[in-house]
Amino acid sequence: MTAAERTMRLLIIEDDRESADYLVKAFREVGHIADHAGDGEEGLAMAENGDYDVLVVDRMLPKRDGLSLIGALRDKGDTTPVLILSALGQVDDRIKGLRAGGDDYLPKPYSFAELLARVEVLSRRRGGPVEDTLYRVGDLELDRLSHRVARGKDELTLQPREFRLLEYLMKHAGQVVTRTMLLENVWDYHFDPQTNVIDVHISRLRSKIDKGFERPLLHTIRGAGYMIRDGIR
Amino acid sequence: MTAFGKLIRTTAFRLTLVYLFLFAMFAASLLAYFAWNTRRLITEEITQTVNVETAEINDIYIRRGLFGLARAIEYRALRPGANLYLVTTPSGQAIAGNVGQLAPGVMAIAGWSETAYRRMEDADERDHRALVRVTELPNGFRLLIGRDLDERRRLFGIVAKAAQWSILIVVVLGLGGGVFVARRVLTRIDAMSGTAHRIMTGDLSERLPVGRSGDELDRLAENLNAMLERIEALMAGLKEVSDNIAHDLKTPLTRLRNRAEEALAKSGCEADYRAALERTIEESDGLIRTFNALLMIARAESGQARGNMDDFDAADVAEGIHELYEPLAEDDGMTLKVKTQTAPIHGNRELISQALANLVENAIKYGKPGSEPAGTVVSMDSRQITIEAKREGDQVLLSVTDRGPGIPEADRKHVVERFVRLEASRTMPGSGLGLSLASAVATLHGGELRLGDAQPGLVATLVLPARAGAGDRVAPPIPDVPQKVA
Repeated sequence: MTAAERTMRLLIIEDDRESADYLVKAFREVGHIADHAGDGEEGLAMAENGDYDVLVVDRMLPKRDGLSLIGALRDKGDTTPVLILSALGQVDDRIKGLRAGGDDYLPKPYSFAELLARVEVLSRRRGGPVEDTLYRVGDLELDRLSHRVARGKDELTLQPREFRLLEYLMKHAGQVVTRTMLLENVWDYHFDPQTNVIDVHISRLRSKIDKGFERPLLHTIRGAGYMIRDGIR
Repeated sequence: MTAFGKLIRTTAFRLTLVYLFLFAMFAASLLAYFAWNTRRLITEEITQTVNVETAEINDIYIRRGLFGLARAIEYRALRPGANLYLVTTPSGQAIAGNVGQLAPGVMAIAGWSETAYRRMEDADERDHRALVRVTELPNGFRLLIGRDLDERRRLFGIVAKAAQWSILIVVVLGLGGGVFVARRVLTRIDAMSGTAHRIMTGDLSERLPVGRSGDELDRLAENLNAMLERIEALMAGLKEVSDNIAHDLKTPLTRLRNRAEEALAKSGCEADYRAALERTIEESDGLIRTFNALLMIARAESGQARGNMDDFDAADVAEGIHELYEPLAEDDGMTLKVKTQTAPIHGNRELISQALANLVENAIKYGKPGSEPAGTVVSMDSRQITIEAKREGDQVLLSVTDRGPGIPEADRKHVVERFVRLEASRTMPGSGLGLSLASAVATLHGGELRLGDAQPGLVATLVLPARAGAGDRVAPPIPDVPQKVA
């Protein structure tokens, strides 16, 4: 895992000591600052006082459950992005979580790569630049208004879905985007396909934007997902 | 509870009591009506007879005088079953007739009255009652003509007795019948509840006794037996599922464990460990997927997913899934096509999408044409998969058709079960839950998953109820209109 570009302050509210320790350690290893709260009340108090970039909240917590904690924060006008972790992975639970004020929802068991990618996207969203109309990575340009895509001097023709896929990747340029995130945000499906269906779409997109160019922009991040960025770090 | 207590508590017995009361009331009122009418009739008859006779006697008196009157009276009074006659002087002296004694004052009032009397020749001392008419003759003499009411009284007596007897018979027969019916029902119900008890204590193979009469109890027993059949099948299914779960989850877990053990035991380089760990993660991801699929099926089957239903067009789902899987199919050397018409539906969009996705994944995985004998020309068509959404009457059909080997008819019911994978596909990756989920989703929406022969190939169809009321707005499909084909 590469070191984070920007250090994030995270609060992990999780009652299972072992998972919490694992998360704190894993986030610290990639260069973020992570605090831990063991129950809902403590978590709420810490979230109100500390200035966190993202809260990672377990849904089922002692003293105050995750959804009520988020509700209490939102009632006080706190807009810190929240990612809900839950053993209840079903679609309706996800919708419940998002309705309660959560910004993203990840069912357990999850991979750390997936969690990290989502948390980074959430933190970037906070106070990030207002939706640009023009995305640029290296010499690749995407105009969201005219739906024009060009690499260098070459105009590229993309299918509508390929355009949305590239748009999402470029919006999060420099960040890892997982397959599930793509399926959720580009296709709006929340199920788990048994096949590598996303990879095929990516490889089609890649053949359009990278083929014949010296410097590839769309990278596969092993064990995690994809990232669009200029140059190799 | 005593046997008798049980008996009188039966519905049959209670109903008997109610009917008994109703019938007794009916019999009593019928008889009362009869008695009253008879009485009226007799009274009318007497009145008429007396009126006629009074007129005759008056006539005789006018024509033949007092003497003729007395003679006529004496003559008439001697006839058997004669009416009552009495003629008195203005001073009240009896001069002719067969009435010995009369209640005082009767002769004083002209007109009708009912009175006690005694006949002259009667030996007994008993009073009789009679209906009499007193008329005044022109010279102040009074004439009484009447008739004994004994007949009326006797008739009334008969009716009263009939009433007593009939009510008694109704009660006895009714009670007897009630007890008989109640006991009959009770024995059968007791037999049924006895069997039910044995079933509850664990013997699911036991069945309720069914008689040959085909009455309501037999039909109830038949239905309960059908229900027991279903429960037994479900229990067996549950057992099979848990066995399958144990097998299909334990196998990858064992593999996972073996691999970890092997990596630990062998002193290898970092790359070896890395490879072992990566495969471990892969394996556990597969397990998680299986778990999620199982949970999803359980949720769909238990109806919990009903909360997130909304109105949408199944055609959009078909096109969405086509768009998602088209590149994958192409990479696999297949062509994925979609054919849609408006098919309004009310349901859980996410689940229906997933069910359709499973069918498409299956078609891509298993829908390749079987090994053709050398030299056969494989037509372009044989590598085509078609997703179709259409409305047929009040149903919406979402189907996936491939040109592969299909599923033998005998296996079709079987493949929908959890973890069932046909021999031919055992070697392919997959959990064996795809069709189960599709089927559970269809069932959740009140539909079904239908597997059919596409000759050659498999056509898997999610048959779902169309959205009620949407039909009025959707024009019936016209075959000439070109359909959207991607």
